[in-house]
Amino acid sequence: MNNDLILLGHGSGGRLSHQLLDELIIPQLSSVPVAGQNDAALLNIGGIKLAFSTDSYVVDPVFFPGGNIGDLAINGTVNDLAMMGARPLCLSVGFILEEGFSKAELSRILASMREAADAAGVAIVTGDTKVVPKGKGDRIFINTSGIGAVEHNLQIDGASACVGDKIIVNGCIGDHGIAVLSAREGLEIDSGIQTDSAALNGMVATLLPLGSALHVLRDPTRGGVATTLKEIALQSGVTITLDEKSLPINPGVKGVCSILGLDPLYVANEGKLLAFVAPDRAEEALAVMHRHPLGKDAAIIGEVTGTSAGKVQMETMVGGVRGVEMLAGEQLPRIC
Amino acid sequence: MNYSDSFRDKELVQGLARRIAGMTKGLSKPLVFMEVCGTHTMAIYQFGLRSLLPPEVKLISGPGCPVCVTPNSYLDRAIALCRLPDVIITSFGDMLRVPGSSSSLMEERAKGADIRVVYSPLDAVQLAAKNPAKRVVFLGVGFETTAPTVAGSILAAKAQGVSNYFVLASHKTMPQPMAILSADPDLQVDGYICPAHVSAIIGADAYRFLCEEYKVPCVVTGFEPTDVLQGVELLVRQALAGESKVEIQYSRVVRWEGNAKAQAMLADVFTPFDAPWRGIGVLPGSGLRIADKYAGFDAELAIPVQVEELKEHKGCLCGEILKGKVSPFDCPLFGGKCTPESPVGACMVSSEGTCAAAFKYGR
Repeated sequence: MNNDLILLGHGSGGRLSHQLLDELIIPQLSSVPVAGQNDAALLNIGGIKLAFSTDSYVVDPVFFPGGNIGDLAINGTVNDLAMMGARPLCLSVGFILEEGFSKAELSRILASMREAADAAGVAIVTGDTKVVPKGKGDRIFINTSGIGAVEHNLQIDGASACVGDKIIVNGCIGDHGIAVLSAREGLEIDSGIQTDSAALNGMVATLLPLGSALHVLRDPTRGGVATTLKEIALQSGVTITLDEKSLPINPGVKGVCSILGLDPLYVANEGKLLAFVAPDRAEEALAVMHRHPLGKDAAIIGEVTGTSAGKVQMETMVGGVRGVEMLAGEQLPRIC
Repeated sequence: MNYSDSFRDKELVQGLARRIAGMTKGLSKPLVFMEVCGTHTMAIYQFGLRSLLPPEVKLISGPGCPVCVTPNSYLDRAIALCRLPDVIITSFGDMLRVPGSSSSLMEERAKGADIRVVYSPLDAVQLAAKNPAKRVVFLGVGFETTAPTVAGSILAAKAQGVSNYFVLASHKTMPQPMAILSADPDLQVDGYICPAHVSAIIGADAYRFLCEEYKVPCVVTGFEPTDVLQGVELLVRQALAGESKVEIQYSRVVRWEGNAKAQAMLADVFTPFDAPWRGIGVLPGSGLRIADKYAGFDAELAIPVQVEELKEHKGCLCGEILKGKVSPFDCPLFGGKCTPESPVGACMVSSEGTCAAAFKYGR
C-alpha cells in the first residue's frame, strides 16, 4: 500500500488524524509536546493569560437540519476556547469560496454566523475572503480563529484527569453527525434529528465555580465521544470505564446508526462537552448542568478507574465488558 | 422500554449466561461454536458477550463477512476500472479500504478516481441516469442478503432503459463454505450460529444437509444479545444431547422456506459459479455471476480492462482466521503492520471483519 497520500480518513479526527499530527505536522511546526495538545493554546502575554484556537469547517452539505456551516464555524471555535475554561472574546473569519457559489446562500450563512456570535457574546473582528475557480473548492470553506481570556488559576486540560473522577456529558450524543449524514445527497433519511451545534461557553461559566474539582473539559466533535475519551486517557495516563446504559442517545440517532452500522460513540457532536469532575462534587456539577438549557439531558457516563495509561473500556448494557478505541479512518456504512 | 431494548435486558442476558454456565459446568473439553456471519461477530464483541460466557463455551468467527472473503483479484479489477476516465465506481462504504494487490479504492480516490459511496444500488442506477456520458459501475459484493437488491437494480436499469449502469458482481452464497468447514478434519466445530439476514432469504431448510451429512447442530440466530445467548443455549442443548438438527431462534424474521420472491429474483438475474473466496480458495457453486440474458449489465464482460498481476500479501493469516482456525491475536501482523487504518488483510477492513472487531473492541 502507498502510505504517501493524504486520505479522507486523515481528517476524521480519529487515529489517522492523530498519526498525521504526531508524525508529520507537529514535529515540523511546533515545540508543543504531543501529550500537551488541547483544543486551544494557553498564552501568557505580559501577565495576561489568553487562550488561542483555530479551526476550519468543510461540512457537506453546507445546510443541514438545525444549522449550517456558518453557525458551526462560530460555535466550534467558541467551544474550543471554552474547553480551556476561557471566556471567548473575539474571532477572525476566513472564507474560501468556490466560483459560482450563490450570494443568497452566503448571506444566509453570514446571518447565522452573526446570530451565533451574538448568542455566544463574541465579536468578529477581522477576516479574509478568497475565491477559487469552479471545481477547485467545495462551495464554501470557513476558518475561524479565536482569542479568549483565562480568568482563573485552574488546571483544566486533557492531562488533568484523576482516578475517581466522574465523567459527565451534557446531553444526547451523535446528534450533529447524524443530522449532517441524513441530509447528505444519496441518503436523505428523514430522521428528525437536528444538529446540536451550540456555544458552550455559557454552560462552562456555570461550571467554573466548582474550582479545582473541575479537571477536564473537552468537546467531543469529530471522532465522537470514544475518540475524545481515548485522547484524554492517553494524555492523563489513566483508565476510563464507561457505563453504556447511562449514555444518553436520542432514539432517532440509535435508529440511523443501527441501519447504517455506525456506532454513536464515534459520531460527531458540536454542542456537547465532557467534564471530568472530582467524585465528591460530581452530583453538584450534574445539577448545575441540568439547570442550563443545553444540559437538561446531562448524565454521568463513566469514571476514571485506574492508572493503566490510555485504556478506555465500557461495561455494556448487558453487563459484558469491551474495549473502546479511537475512530479508525472514516466511519463507513457497512454492506449488510 | 422500547422493542429493541427488550432484547438487551441485562437480567435476561445474565440469566441466559448463568443457565449456559450451569449446563456446561465441568465439561472436560470446551464446546466450540462458530458464528458464521460478520454481524454476529460485531454483536458479540460490541456487547462483550464472550466475557459473560463460561470457559466451557468458546465462540469462534467464520467466513461470513462479505468484504473479508472478497479476493484480491476482484479488487484489482475494480481498481483497474476506476482508473478509466469515463467510469464512476459506486460502492457500499466498507469496500473502499480493502487492499488489492498494490492499491485500494480509497487510495485511488485520493489520486483522483471518481468513486462514490452509495447506500443502495438503486442510487447507482439513478447516478447512471443522470450521467449518460459516464459508465457507472456498482461493486456487487455480499451474500444472499445483499444480492437481491443488486438483482433489483439490474432489473430497474433494464426497465428504465439505463444502459450505462453495470455491476461488477462477486456475490457469494452461504451454506457451501459451512460444508467445507464441516468436512475439514483440522477444525472441530460443535455447532453453527447460522446467519440471520441470509437465512431470511434462503430459509432455515438450507442448513438441513449440514446436520444430516456432518452431524453438526445449526441454530438460526438473531443479532441482539438475548438472541445470541439463546442461540448458544440451544446449541449447547443439542451438543450435550448428541443431536444435530436445525432450529430457528430468530423466528420473528426467519421462515423454513425463506423469501420466495427474493429467491426467484436471484435465480432470474444470477447464475451460480465456482467462486474464489479470499483465504479459502475456489468453492464449487458458491458464487453468483450475472446471467447471460443480463450480460449487458456485467462490468466484467462489458468493460474490458487490463488488470494487474495478482499479488497476495505475505504473512497475513486472514484465510486461517476466516476458517476459524486461528484467532486474530495469533496473527503476527495484528495491531502492528495490520491496523484498521492500514489493513494488510481484509478481516481488518470491514467493520464486520473478525480482526477489525477484535482490534476495536477486544483488546
